[in-house]
Amino acid sequence: MNWLAIVKKEFTLELRKKSVIASLGLYLFSIVFILYLSFGQASMGPVAWTAFFWVALLFTAVSTIAKSFIGERKGVFVYYYYTVPAGDFIIGKLVYNALLSSVMGLVGYCLFILFLGDAIQDHVIFLSALVLASVGFAASLTLISSLAAKTNNGSVLMAVLSFPLVVSILLIAVKLTKNCVDGLGWSASSDELLILGAINSLVTALSYLLFPYIWRS
Amino acid sequence: MKKWGWKIATVILLLYTVIAGFLWEVPRLHIVNESIRALYFHVPMWFGMVALFSASALFGIRYLREGQKHLDLYSASFAHAGMLLGTLGMVTGMIWAHYTWGTFWHWDPKQTGAAISYLVYLAYFVLRMSLDNGEQRARLAAVYNIFAFASMIPLIFIIPRLTDSMHPGSGGNPGFNMYDLDSRMRLVFYPASAGWILLGFWLAQQRIRLKNAEEQLLEHEYEQQ
Repeated sequence: MNWLAIVKKEFTLELRKKSVIASLGLYLFSIVFILYLSFGQASMGPVAWTAFFWVALLFTAVSTIAKSFIGERKGVFVYYYYTVPAGDFIIGKLVYNALLSSVMGLVGYCLFILFLGDAIQDHVIFLSALVLASVGFAASLTLISSLAAKTNNGSVLMAVLSFPLVVSILLIAVKLTKNCVDGLGWSASSDELLILGAINSLVTALSYLLFPYIWRS
Repeated sequence: MKKWGWKIATVILLLYTVIAGFLWEVPRLHIVNESIRALYFHVPMWFGMVALFSASALFGIRYLREGQKHLDLYSASFAHAGMLLGTLGMVTGMIWAHYTWGTFWHWDPKQTGAAISYLVYLAYFVLRMSLDNGEQRARLAAVYNIFAFASMIPLIFIIPRLTDSMHPGSGGNPGFNMYDLDSRMRLVFYPASAGWILLGFWLAQQRIRLKNAEEQLLEHEYEQQ
């Protein structure tokens, strides 16, 4: 149950400082507010809604998850290296990041409803797509962030390395959102949800297998 | 003889591909017409790219398991050669698309997938550039290489087949497969595939030798000082 300890520790730290959650919330809020101001009273079409929603979510997820390795001090990692097995460590980080980015996704959706209106008709499908995509972001970005943290220009490299990998998740998520906007029901979206789930498990398995090699240095 | 036999074979195969590919008769089909000859260039180049990227990922895995320095050099060189064949394949595909689809770039799902995995491999080279030469670079690059390969497979082979695509062999679109390919075309297509794949490995070998020579030169200079 070591990974649970990691998740618990991350949450305790987060709730104690609150700075990360607050800054991310503000980040999302600013994006939505800028969109609201620039669109003004003219209503946003469902296509633009979908595009802006996922772009906002992607950038929030990248800056959320980049924190998990790039921000930490070196001494902390040395401590972890000797106390926690690599597999438990990455699973803990993954679970924590998945939870955090799902929460960010839900908060983002609420903000979008509040400021820009609700374009979605199938809420249950959309929310499951939202959670699956957030988990996918977390799964692929966590390993990349640990890679980028090893280099000199971590935050730039984070963007370069992660965007192409995340695009496939994003494309499926946009397609799902389009289905939900049109209210096509489960039969139209079940395939995409399955693919999203499959990509998530593939990426998680790869992260679990490959992380020990990054961890060693 | 044994050492460079496969290189002579490469030259012969590719000469044969170019000559026979442009001169021999091909089936007359609507829309594609003469552009069907792209099958001898575009498709085998992508075969070569996939073969080289597979080899690159395989050597990445081997590096992580065995930790010998030359395995990393192999992995990087295969990726370089694969990138070259991928670029050539993309350009030939675009020329083909220009005549049959009407535009060079169509945002077809297969093209989108190819463009994304192209970006992924570019990111792989950026990662290599931004790390100092050494054990850490080799390890991190190997990890990203495996990640890149794992993302290329669904992007190029799975997602385009699930969605509507104009690319032959996708979205229920009858394309080229082993059974409906004209037997005259097969006479050129199979040698072409072998030729382009071999050319990729040849190029990779040249890069490996160049890097080894550079390293020996550096060592030599170091000793003289």
